Amino acid sequence: MATETLTLGKALNRGLRRALEQDPKVIIMGEDVGKLGGVFRITDSLQKDFGENRVIDTPLAESGIIGTAVGLSIRGYRPICEIQFDGFVYPAYDQIVSQVAKMHYRSQGKVKVPIVIRIPFGGGIGAVEHHSESPEAYFAHTAGLKVVACATPQDAYTMIQQAVASDDPIVFFEPKRRYHEKGLVDLDAPLDDAYPLHAARVVRPGRDATLLAYGPMVRTALEAAAAAEEDGRDLEVIDLRTLSPLDLGAVYESVKRTGRCVVVHEAPGNLGLGSEIAARITEECFYSLEAPVLRVTGFDTPYPAARLEEDYLPNLDRVLDGVDRTFGW
Amino acid sequence: MAKSDPAGTTRGRRAGTRSARPGGKTPVTGDLVQLLTPDGDRIDQVTWHDGTEYRVDFTDEEYRSLYRDLVLVRKLDAEATALQRQGELGIWASLLGQEAAQVGSGRALRTQDMAFPTYREHGVLYCRGIDPIMPLGLFRGVDLGGWDPNEFKFNMYTIVIGAQTLHATGYAMGVNMDGKTGTDDGEAVIAYFGDGASAQGDVNEAFIWASVFNAPMVFFCQNNQYAISEPLERQTRIPLYQRAAGFGFPGVRVDGNDVLATYAVTRAALDNARHGQGPTLIEAYTYRMGAHTTTDDPTRYRIASEVEAWQAKDPIARVRTFLTKQGIADDAFLAEVDEQAKQEALRLRERVLEMPDPEPLTLFDNVFPNGSPEIDAQRELTARYMDSFEGSAL
Ligand SMILES: Cc1ncc(C[n+]2csc(CCOP(=O)(O)OP(=O)(O)O)c2C)c(N)n1
Repeated sequence: MATETLTLGKALNRGLRRALEQDPKVIIMGEDVGKLGGVFRITDSLQKDFGENRVIDTPLAESGIIGTAVGLSIRGYRPICEIQFDGFVYPAYDQIVSQVAKMHYRSQGKVKVPIVIRIPFGGGIGAVEHHSESPEAYFAHTAGLKVVACATPQDAYTMIQQAVASDDPIVFFEPKRRYHEKGLVDLDAPLDDAYPLHAARVVRPGRDATLLAYGPMVRTALEAAAAAEEDGRDLEVIDLRTLSPLDLGAVYESVKRTGRCVVVHEAPGNLGLGSEIAARITEECFYSLEAPVLRVTGFDTPYPAARLEEDYLPNLDRVLDGVDRTFGW
Repeated sequence: MAKSDPAGTTRGRRAGTRSARPGGKTPVTGDLVQLLTPDGDRIDQVTWHDGTEYRVDFTDEEYRSLYRDLVLVRKLDAEATALQRQGELGIWASLLGQEAAQVGSGRALRTQDMAFPTYREHGVLYCRGIDPIMPLGLFRGVDLGGWDPNEFKFNMYTIVIGAQTLHATGYAMGVNMDGKTGTDDGEAVIAYFGDGASAQGDVNEAFIWASVFNAPMVFFCQNNQYAISEPLERQTRIPLYQRAAGFGFPGVRVDGNDVLATYAVTRAALDNARHGQGPTLIEAYTYRMGAHTTTDDPTRYRIASEVEAWQAKDPIARVRTFLTKQGIADDAFLAEVDEQAKQEALRLRERVLEMPDPEPLTLFDNVFPNGSPEIDAQRELTARYMDSFEGSAL
């Protein structure tokens, strides 16, 4: 068993490499993904090894990236599109929500567009504006798209391959501030045996309250759980992993045990994933709840200047404050 | 409407001339490529500004066949308009006036070529050999106009203006990647769009992509002078075909009411594409004789005399005149075509009336290739809700 310690970014790179090796129809397209290997180097060396027809530096036109990927899919290709930063996906928004998402439905299943749209998302890297956003709710709201977010190197490696292998169009969110964090990755485990792509996972069992997070906030939630232990609180942490469709079976089971739930995400709270999750938990677990489902999220402001982002982003203290509030109800 | 009015002019050309200098150069054309004048006279050969020579060599049988296509396409379109008026279609986007642009380009496609239409290319669809009933589900509202693009080499209709030009370009990039260009039987891709669409970002992005990837593309713009109510001048200050130069590929304007010229220009552009010579922009200069769709009222934004002026350039009348003048068709043939058109329209009508409404629960089908537990749950709940009504057929 080949297990290596890899950064999350490198794990994605290795996953992409394997996807390119396994299916000649898989191609990568995006801005600077070739020689440069992407601004985050996620596609490092792939063009060198697979050629300019498989790893394509595109014109600087996001609608074009997704729109041509639709045509390439109709031709039988399986494009992986890199959007350079979260805040730059909007020029492609129409192609994603009006074309990619609807092709299979309106063709009554005759057209498949197995496109993976990779988006580095979230803040915490001190960037200028448009480089730190969390637009996942826009896509999760759109029927016909599946939306996932990875949080660990192992998941990054596995989930990207599962996403590429899936015939569904998938918006794949990568926690950019976690790109450099390391973890053990089993590189040889067969994809068929892997944990399913569209499934949440309990990453820390606990008895007293349930913390839900995804992407960059999974680690924050785990840190909060560790800190809460000192206060004698045993928190269960669930990595949602799939944002659309949601997989809340394990969440309901958990909340029915703990009676308390806090959802954490960087995106603004208003109509964010947390709102939908809170509504569903309320419908499923009403009689088990000791407190309303609480949300710890970014504020309903534009993403602020870098010197303010620590105040904007949910962090250890804000998550713990949310936990305190659910116990104080 | 446009200041210039090239489709009606055949400057310096005499009616019915055969090539004055066989094998030699013909004069460079004026504003557009034309091989059949509105009076039904043939021009043997035309040279465009870039030196490209255009001509067609059709047999009499082929001429008659083109005429048949034009008449059938117009008749089926009229039938669909009537069906809308009678409440059998929700809406219809008529191609009236654009038959030559669509039949000329549609017949220029070879079997292996792929077309990406807008919502108005019923004539191209017909020329692809596709059952004309196919798009009517969309306009009746019983489906979303879905068919398998690869089965018919004809993509689904696209309503978001310009979006399909990028799909076509991506598909054409795939043709290159598959090594299917560079030979006589290479593949080419044609994207249809309108003058209004020419202002869309997607169309301009498609031009760039096709250009830098040398995609085997033909961008076929039917300039029908209007985008709903907005005249051409609101989209452009230069002739649309001239846009191509800025993107680095040839542009040509053709008389879109001339089926022969449209065929010649499209065939040449497709052949260039299939041989690996990259994209071409064709501006087919034509006119939308009817309303934008059946919901539109064109009297609010254009005057009757303009429509009348274009009536004199009708794409079908000129072919009929030519065929009769040259003795290629007689009255019996013309009557037979009319009768065939009538019968096909009748059959279309009958089949539209027979189109069943879809089963309610099919609305949950095919959201994803791999399904979704959330949608399964909604289907289940909805089925139970529907079942709860007494006498429910479900
Ligand atoms: C992106 C987008 N904007 C607006 C519309 C509404 N709309 C439908 S057709 C049309 C005019 C299109 O004009 P043109 O491209 O010239 O094509 P034509 O209908 O004349 O064939 C408009 C504005 C649309 N379908 N898509």
